[in-house]
Amino acid sequence: MVGIIDVLNVGLFAAALRMATPIAYASLGGIFSERVGVMNIGLEGMMLLSAFTGVTVTYFTSNPWLGVLGAVIVGGLMGFFHALLTVKFSGDQVVSGTGINIFAMGFTAYMSQVLWGSRGASESVSGLKPISIPLLKDLPVLGPILGTHTPLVYIMLLAVVLSYVLLFRTPLGLRIRAVGEHPTAADTAGIDVHRVKYICITLSGMFAGLGGAFMSLGHLNLFTYGMTGGRGFIAMAAMIFGKWMPFGAFSASLLFGFSDALQMRLQSLGLLPPQIILTIPYLLTVAVLSGVVGRAKAPSDYKPYEKE
Amino acid sequence: MTDVVTRRGLRRFLPTVSTFKAVLVQILAILLAFATGAIVLSLTGYSPIQAYSAMFRGAFGNIYGIGQTLTRATPITFTAIAFLFAFKSGLFNIGAEGQLIVGAMASAIVGVSFSGLPAPVHIALALLAGAVAGGLWGFIPAYLRARFGAHEVITTMMLSYVAIYLTSYMVNYPYKAPGWVAQTVPISESARLPRILSPTQLSASLYLVLLLVVLTEYVLRRTVLGFELRATGLNPDAAENAGINVRRGMILALVISGAIAGLGGSGEILGVHRRFIDGFSPGYGWDGLAVALVGGLNPVGAFLAAILFGALRSGGMVMTRATGVPLDIVFLLQALVILFVAAPKMIRTLLKKSGLRWLGS
Repeated sequence: MVGIIDVLNVGLFAAALRMATPIAYASLGGIFSERVGVMNIGLEGMMLLSAFTGVTVTYFTSNPWLGVLGAVIVGGLMGFFHALLTVKFSGDQVVSGTGINIFAMGFTAYMSQVLWGSRGASESVSGLKPISIPLLKDLPVLGPILGTHTPLVYIMLLAVVLSYVLLFRTPLGLRIRAVGEHPTAADTAGIDVHRVKYICITLSGMFAGLGGAFMSLGHLNLFTYGMTGGRGFIAMAAMIFGKWMPFGAFSASLLFGFSDALQMRLQSLGLLPPQIILTIPYLLTVAVLSGVVGRAKAPSDYKPYEKE
Repeated sequence: MTDVVTRRGLRRFLPTVSTFKAVLVQILAILLAFATGAIVLSLTGYSPIQAYSAMFRGAFGNIYGIGQTLTRATPITFTAIAFLFAFKSGLFNIGAEGQLIVGAMASAIVGVSFSGLPAPVHIALALLAGAVAGGLWGFIPAYLRARFGAHEVITTMMLSYVAIYLTSYMVNYPYKAPGWVAQTVPISESARLPRILSPTQLSASLYLVLLLVVLTEYVLRRTVLGFELRATGLNPDAAENAGINVRRGMILALVISGAIAGLGGSGEILGVHRRFIDGFSPGYGWDGLAVALVGGLNPVGAFLAAILFGALRSGGMVMTRATGVPLDIVFLLQALVILFVAAPKMIRTLLKKSGLRWLGS
């Protein structure tokens, strides 16, 4: 019993929120892309490239916020590239995403050796400093969990709310959803289907970029080989588990972040093999897609839209 | 009359103008990838000519290089054919990685569990175990797709991660060999596929995959099953109306696809590593997808493309030793090939703009 009390403390919940942050960012990215009918398997690679860009820019400018900016720009560029291949040139979405993932792995490892002479890790940079929220940090229980984090954690919470408002409470959001659900009808209603797709998929990459920047600048303060470790795929799982809704995806990200944090503690205590816990997000996603735990249906049929 | 028949019969085996153009577009995509790679190399202070020539010498310059190239090409051909089989029936199996890994684990378990069996029996059992395990890993998403409509792109991918962690657990706990490395004990002598070109690791798994290439070509083109699968892939509604059981076809295609990927894993364990090592696959499943596409979605093309990818891997190591260029340029090149092949329309547009209009049409 002592073991369990050692594990379940407020520190665990604060860690869970930190672990959930990159997943939540990328899952928002996934939502924006899939809401316009394009699957974004490349989230993982976009995160990795952005994590690398964040550290590289910070390394040369010593300003982590410029690093974040660089990461968001690179993420957006990758998103735009994905849109170019899948929307303009009707390339296959899965193939383009897979290509982006392998590209990110190869490019970051190659450049890491060129810049720092090591495939494994970059040099350390001065990352983002945590901030404390006055009043909130003094509350019991909530204070230690929510009170002190890097700003990117709070920006993520804001992004979840704003994404919901944008998608479900504004005319633009209605247009975005129409493009995914019924492109022909959207086109008839005068919506520029391709333009909306370009914007949303670029945005998708920018969100993945924020997730990547958080991993390298808000967490470790250096870039390590393959540091995203499949979080882009977990984010897709969170997106599906959350039924393509921002709050749903955020809740799922918290759940997966929690299981990640729990896994690390249990591993240090030697209570349960970590590999078993690591399978949970993937098994949950398969279960959700099959309707075992609530039904999940994609908001589009992922077909490219050709104007007649 | 007979003249017409023979001419038609012959024409079937001659490439048409459109396949010629398609092949040309693929080759252009590969050349573009290498050109982009050359730019990256020069920008980072390396000589692309030196790097590429060292790579080529490493991959094809001597018997050892050729052996290593074919060793790498073998599992990639398995996973490419796995991808192809599902793709022809309209399904995206991007979980070949997981199917290959569970197949490898099943073969390793059979390999270490028996000793004293006659070699052909033991090898056959181990291969069968790999195919069954891979097939089962393909059956789960197939059933979920047919029964609940769960999108197989996501489920096959998610199950790959489950396979990676599950086998990692097995090889770290119940099947762990003594020592620090997460691996099983070596498989029995009787379960080992013979090496066919010592001192390289090339094993009889190559014969298996060549047989598979021929068999797949035959099944897809010349059998009722192949026709039904292709019809399902082209237009499931029309296939259903024509009396084809689409659900059954989907399940069958993914099970066969998984079994083929599983056999690829078996070949790696029985022929190359002779034990299951945690993380032994450097992404052969993902390579398979790329290779199937680069090969123009036919088995022979896939084998040729697999040789290209295998050569990148084996030649890459020689290149790194000779010129100091980081090995990861190889993965960059693979990714660029995939991205350029992903959108043939892009290559066609480029061709049109550069004046080669007849090729772009």
